[in-house]
Amino acid sequence: MTHGPGISGLIMEEPLLWEKGKQGRTAFSMPDQDVPEATVEIDKNLLGDGPDFPDLSEVDVVRHYTRLSGWNFGIDTGMYPLGSCTMKYNPKINEKMAATPGIATSHPLLADELSQGTLQIMFELQTFLASLTGMDAVSLQPAAGAQGEMAGMLMFAAWFRKKGEKRTKILIPDTAHGTNPASAALCGFKPVLLQSGSDGTLDAKSVAELMDEETVGIMLTNPNTLGLFEQSIREITAIVHERGGLVYGDGANMNAVMGIVDFKRCGIDIMHLNLHKTFSTPHGGGGPGAGPICVVDELADFLPIPRVIKSGDKYHLQYDCPDSIGRLHAFFGNYGVLVKAYSYILSMGAENLQKASQLAVLNANYIRESLRDVLHLAYDKPCMHECVFSDKKQQEYKITTLDMAKRLIDHGYHPPTIYFPLVVPGAIMIEPTETENKDDLDQFIDVFKDIIQEARENGELLRQAPTRTKLRRLDETQAARKPCLTG
Amino acid sequence: MRYLPHTEKEIEAMLAVTGHGQLEELFAHIPEDCRYQGDMKLPEPLSEWALSDHFQSLAANNYSTSAKAVLLGAGSYSHYIPEMVPSLIQRSEFLTAYTPYQPEMAQGTLQGIFEYQTLTARLLGMEVANASMYDGASALAEALLMALRIAHKKHTVAISSAIHPYYREVVHTYLQAGIFNIIELPVAENGRTDLAGLKEIDDLAAVALQSPNFFGVIEDLETASREIHAAEALFITCFTEPFAYGLLRSPGISGADIVCGEGQSFGMPQSSGGPGLGMFACLKKHQRNIPGRVAGETVDIEGKRGYVLTLSTREQHIRREKATSNICSNQGICTLTAAAYMASLGATGLRRVAKLNYDKAAYLKNGLVQAGAKLLFSGPTFNEFVLTFADDFKPVRQRLLDKGIIAGLELSRFYKEYEKAYLFCVTETVARTVLDEVIEEVRS
Repeated sequence: MTHGPGISGLIMEEPLLWEKGKQGRTAFSMPDQDVPEATVEIDKNLLGDGPDFPDLSEVDVVRHYTRLSGWNFGIDTGMYPLGSCTMKYNPKINEKMAATPGIATSHPLLADELSQGTLQIMFELQTFLASLTGMDAVSLQPAAGAQGEMAGMLMFAAWFRKKGEKRTKILIPDTAHGTNPASAALCGFKPVLLQSGSDGTLDAKSVAELMDEETVGIMLTNPNTLGLFEQSIREITAIVHERGGLVYGDGANMNAVMGIVDFKRCGIDIMHLNLHKTFSTPHGGGGPGAGPICVVDELADFLPIPRVIKSGDKYHLQYDCPDSIGRLHAFFGNYGVLVKAYSYILSMGAENLQKASQLAVLNANYIRESLRDVLHLAYDKPCMHECVFSDKKQQEYKITTLDMAKRLIDHGYHPPTIYFPLVVPGAIMIEPTETENKDDLDQFIDVFKDIIQEARENGELLRQAPTRTKLRRLDETQAARKPCLTG
Repeated sequence: MRYLPHTEKEIEAMLAVTGHGQLEELFAHIPEDCRYQGDMKLPEPLSEWALSDHFQSLAANNYSTSAKAVLLGAGSYSHYIPEMVPSLIQRSEFLTAYTPYQPEMAQGTLQGIFEYQTLTARLLGMEVANASMYDGASALAEALLMALRIAHKKHTVAISSAIHPYYREVVHTYLQAGIFNIIELPVAENGRTDLAGLKEIDDLAAVALQSPNFFGVIEDLETASREIHAAEALFITCFTEPFAYGLLRSPGISGADIVCGEGQSFGMPQSSGGPGLGMFACLKKHQRNIPGRVAGETVDIEGKRGYVLTLSTREQHIRREKATSNICSNQGICTLTAAAYMASLGATGLRRVAKLNYDKAAYLKNGLVQAGAKLLFSGPTFNEFVLTFADDFKPVRQRLLDKGIIAGLELSRFYKEYEKAYLFCVTETVARTVLDEVIEEVRS
């Protein structure tokens, strides 16, 4: 019997784009040739034959991507408790607002007076983010969190250059995201590892020991990547400031503390926010994000250009900033992402944003309490928006974090973040976010408990998982050893 | 609030499990002197309907809402987008997924990225491509940093003054912390980069050109490649308008080592300049030095073909401060958009639309020259070109603006030396009637 494309349920097989199609097909509605065909006045040696793209029909392309989408899992499919990533619901209306004709179609080089709507959104979002963090000034330009970190590090460098000081090191805790040391190194600083204490948070004493006159300051995440609030933050920032240093705050975990923590009061000088985390813009399978940076007044002059200012009732782009670190993006960053975050903040308002943080923390603590008897809790203290377990209790059955994660897939859950942060061996980092309801959390908890029981009774089920997906575990070693990056 | 699903009863039940009396107690351990004082200053929440009205009023304050044609390019291009492209790529299975770290749940994204990398490599005539950078500007900066890593004992790079001025600004930002020298190469009379001075530059790691360049002029990449390689430097090319490669010889065939640029033209709305797509490709021998994520082909335990993110030992989450770049989030969904767009065009469609861009731009260029304008540069162009006007063009431009047409970009905004010169862009979206209107206004 001839096989159709179906392999399991309604999941379809689908070849690569260039494995289908026929020369001469088209999926593009060709615009009218309303001008005469011109003779090409370009030297022959500059002309080419065009790329070897497949010719496909509209239906070919539609089926292709529809089938591919069936192999994917998004927040709209189910719970996505990926720690440190804040996979909350991405409201549909935000997409529609970002696509508003006249906003989505605006050219970035139009004069200010021709793009007042565009600039008003930017100006107001700058103001909102300042209010949310407690900081004084904002640049929306960084296209992602890591670019925000880079902007912050360049501002550190510019600040000390202006003061005539040469400092080369920066303190970065062992719980930091990998982007932190990478961003610092890109800007010429040597990361100095700051070990977190036995309770998972930073000890002011170890900061005092390492913070010297060759050190620009510290880069920290609060709440940290263990989901714990750095309770010595005021003491730490005071030590850094006393010794002439600056404090960078990675705002990746802002979703825990909106309207609850004031970062300026904490002593933070520069911080970035991840609009694709806290402010509900979709991750898009890897991006685009947006990583605006918020700073205290003393550092505002160093922000990237341009920023939007308001004079009278008109909005303007401001370029004249001699101390600025310069431009980070060809235009204004991922503007469409900014629009979605703006739309989210306007939909929520102050009270709901604070409530979102409260519920995010409630959900994480609820999971923490519900699974603590069956999974080893890395640090037994109240958590914020995420909780970190490990596979310590499952080791006697020779079951790893990876096995449990893969088994969750068979049950229709995206696994939590695993093996991060590095300070917890076999880490399982669960961030449910506020948009999961109690019924769905209960179901997730029950499934996780069942998996842990399977680990004891029939470990092969876990080691073989996933079995219900289109593909089983993939050979990542082969992929890296003999890279095949194009077809 | 519709995004917050908890009922009061559920909150109570959950607090009972966590051992708290009320929500505020969850934060009891946060020191008093870190607390937010009072309420955040934000507007009252808007319903979905009020929000839509608000956006209508914002859009009404943008010229683009009612414009007939905006004859500007300079890094952001108006092209037709087939309805199926956004409608497919907005599918929430793609849009609401995270980075594909669990490949069994993300084969859609991963195959999509692999296809994007392949089509990008074919377009640019290169062997490998990555899964995107933020935009064309940061892609160029990262390409220069990559070249400096490859030529690790050299510290100087040369970039053409005919590269987009904002791209050059971003290069200066990215390289400011390093011990690098950036030399800007002058523009010759034909609008191409003057490479005569290359021989005098010591310590040269790489040379970067843009083609078509900021003035719309097509660089002679093959000749440039010979001269740059003779100077023992790597050859980087960048672009702002990928449609050009529907007609032009690809940078790879012309001898480039690294090719990067902006992919917004391939299915992304202009959206005030973002999100676009930093396209990035290079020769295979440099693939372990490439910045950012890449997807690669492999097999699963049953031997079936599949895709994963690979070569991750270059990346920050493994290599930390020794990573090839700090990039983590990239332009994700925009790669799928571009791939679907390239697939919808096909080889035949890309060539036809590219030719139509050429034809329409030539129509306006020739029409305006006949009406009295002069070409600033003699070099060949694709869909952008620079004209100078003898009389003051400003009142003409203002009259056209009042009629809903933006006639070119004042070049002196970026290059003080080019007075009364304007950079025009014409794509397939501009009707001949608009072009005739512009020509007529200039003639009168």
